[in-house]
Amino acid sequence: MKFGIQVNEGPFTHQASDSAYHFVKAAIEKGHEVMRVFFYYDGVNNANKLSAPQADDRNLVKLWGELASEHNVDLVVCIAAALRRGIVEENLADGFRISGLGQLTEVGIAADRLVVFGD
Amino acid sequence: MSEVEFDTAGVVKNFMYVNRKAPYGTIYALEVLEAVLISAAFEQNAAIVFVDDGVYQIKKDQDTTAINMKNFSPTYGIIEMEKEDAEEDEDMDMVWRIIVEKESMEARGLTPDDFKVEVEVLSSDELAKVMAEQEVVISG
Repeated sequence: MKFGIQVNEGPFTHQASDSAYHFVKAAIEKGHEVMRVFFYYDGVNNANKLSAPQADDRNLVKLWGELASEHNVDLVVCIAAALRRGIVEENLADGFRISGLGQLTEVGIAADRLVVFGD
Repeated sequence: MSEVEFDTAGVVKNFMYVNRKAPYGTIYALEVLEAVLISAAFEQNAAIVFVDDGVYQIKKDQDTTAINMKNFSPTYGIIEMEKEDAEEDEDMDMVWRIIVEKESMEARGLTPDDFKVEVEVLSSDELAKVMAEQEVVISG
């Protein structure tokens, strides 16, 4: 199956990004395709490379980036949501790209299922 | 990372946008609205739904002066315009609906006259049926 994923929360306050990450990983391991992960609302904070969690905890910013490079997953950060929250090219983590909200609609059309992770 | 594009030509899906939160207090209402507006360019079917405190998003006469936040409620008028354009344009296949859940509306003492856009009022059961017909559901 072809999945589109929407992540609506940042990497710390809510579990949404963790759940999405595990879902994407499991889907790929089972042979499904993840066409795009779209980060919206506070989800854009998953792409902040200045984020520095404590060393003994998971670092979702890095984990997403690694997933992107290992499996060629398209990680898209909504530009309107990102600008508000100070996520710009200068602090954009590896593996992510900034683009428009149309990318969410597009993957909604193209994927068999759009799965939304948020509150 | 380079731009990735998918071929979406000729595909029309049923999108539903579920607005559940009050207009101010969290950013969800504003950012769902932005997503709805962008989707118009793709000429997809859209059901824009207001449930729970989300029904307050389209309340008439909002005044945000005291909380120093932008009153974005006039923008819902653009959704209504898109809906009417789609209805009038014979070359356009897309159908837009603006739906309010009856139970949420009544629990808050509101009537359709309190809204700044014309709405369809559906019961929770009727809304569940419409929801089951959707292919993409985006909520906030």
